[in-house]
Amino acid sequence: MKWRRIEEAFVKALMFASMGLVAICLTSILLVIVIRGAGALSFSMLVETPKGGYYLGKSGGIANAIVGSAYLALGGTVLAFALSLPIAFAVQQEYAGRRVASFTRLALDVLWGTPSIVYGAFGFVIMVWMGIRACLLGGILVLALLMMPIMARTFEEVIRMVPRELKEASYAMGATRWETTWAIVARQAVPGIVTGVMLAFGRGIGDAASLLFTAGYSDRIPHSLFDPVASLPLAVFFQIGTPIPEVQQRAYASALVLLIIVLLISLGSRFIGKRFARFAIR
Amino acid sequence: MIRRRTVDSISAALMRFAVIFANALAFLIGIVLVVKACPILAQKSPLQLLFGSTWYPLRGQFGLLPFLVGTVAVTLVAMVLSIPVCLLSAIYLSEYARQRVRSLVMPIVDVLAGIPSVVYGLWGVIVIVPLVRSVGQSLGSDTTGYSLLAGGLVLSVMVVPVIVSVSTEVMRAVPVELRESTIALGATRWETARYVVLRAAHRGIFAAIILGFARAFGETLAVLMVVGNVARIPVSVFDPVYPLPALIANKYGEMMSLPLYDSALMLVALILLVVAACFIVGARLTLRRLGRTA
Repeated sequence: MKWRRIEEAFVKALMFASMGLVAICLTSILLVIVIRGAGALSFSMLVETPKGGYYLGKSGGIANAIVGSAYLALGGTVLAFALSLPIAFAVQQEYAGRRVASFTRLALDVLWGTPSIVYGAFGFVIMVWMGIRACLLGGILVLALLMMPIMARTFEEVIRMVPRELKEASYAMGATRWETTWAIVARQAVPGIVTGVMLAFGRGIGDAASLLFTAGYSDRIPHSLFDPVASLPLAVFFQIGTPIPEVQQRAYASALVLLIIVLLISLGSRFIGKRFARFAIR
Repeated sequence: MIRRRTVDSISAALMRFAVIFANALAFLIGIVLVVKACPILAQKSPLQLLFGSTWYPLRGQFGLLPFLVGTVAVTLVAMVLSIPVCLLSAIYLSEYARQRVRSLVMPIVDVLAGIPSVVYGLWGVIVIVPLVRSVGQSLGSDTTGYSLLAGGLVLSVMVVPVIVSVSTEVMRAVPVELRESTIALGATRWETARYVVLRAAHRGIFAAIILGFARAFGETLAVLMVVGNVARIPVSVFDPVYPLPALIANKYGEMMSLPLYDSALMLVALILLVVAACFIVGARLTLRRLGRTA
């Protein structure tokens, strides 16, 4: 009996140790990025684009990357949303058989888990075939493909949670499938849809490997869809790669900006999701 | 009425189109990569490509072995470091923690899952690489810190949110009655967790680990930033390695300049896709057979 007690205490200690280890690592990530980043961040960095000699440590900022990331992630989100919502609607029982639905779910899971560098390579090949160079449009399209499975899968999960009785009540009143889907199911699923959009947006704005070949990098804010465009993750990546301390400082600042955006989105989605929950019937 | 019918059928047709697109995309990516990888597969035998150890595109040598070993080694180191810690944390969250603690910790875990990989990579450069360097040098190795171990450490932290959240969920799904009857027999909590919960949930936990594995396997920039990128087969954990995703990311600029170069890189992308897809299909089907769809 005594031995079992000791075992219990020992394992419990191990569990606390591992939770503590995880907590230390994750706190360390946040602290390091915040402290280093805050030290390097200034207002002019946020609003200026790189000037001459920027990559040698002269003045300028990362406005090109901030605006570029916003364009890319917003464009990608809009496209992915337009694609994902019908997919999520269509795997409902009324539209698709069980086998089609479960196959589609599996395909979306595979797409969700496909490494983003593979999306990048795929996008690059397609763009070469079509004769387009790295540009904003390419980046938006690849991000849309990357976000689509995330959105479609989360939408689909919440749509499946809509109570059957609600739908049945709607059908009993003579509504068509589309009317039920749009007026009842979609309305009911709004909190989940908001969460899914935010999740995908956060993933898209933080992704770098897929943009490497498709969006390129540029010191200027793009004026057309066919200009190359900078992004925050790539700004971090390129600037930490240089040997000049001033430029590395800016990598920390860029990472902090990126981290703040992602955390705000993540917290915001929880908050907004809750606000919208009041429109749901139960 | 006719109008409503028309709207219904048009919308249904559009939705069907979207579903077809989603399913086709999964195959399309694979097909495009296969087509692009064909030229090199036609000229060299797969064995020569996968197990050749010389990467020298100028002479037309595309041995992928050092990169394959690099990827597998980094992933394995990450999983070996991560799995025990993740499982112990998940058991604590599922079996010991109160509801309040759990509902506080789980959202934090979800938020962490959303941190961009370059941020993890930057943390690796600032914290892990110097740490590995000093540990390595005190052990008598002349490492720069940019090494297999550094990559493994960064990855092991990155996969924590995935593994912890999925495996906690799976363990929570084990019926309470099972736990109650074991505890009624006089078992301690740990005995309950080990003999009942872990046994009942082992498939789900396995799936959680595989999902983490898939994420680690394809991770590009965070790893690229800390592993040193030297195309040699590593002898110790303090040696630099060069994983497959890093190869694509670093070399895409030159790939149009030499014959077969682009084909070789697309073959690498294809390998990543196929391995990740196998992992994910396996894990998802396992989770689904457990009566779950998450």
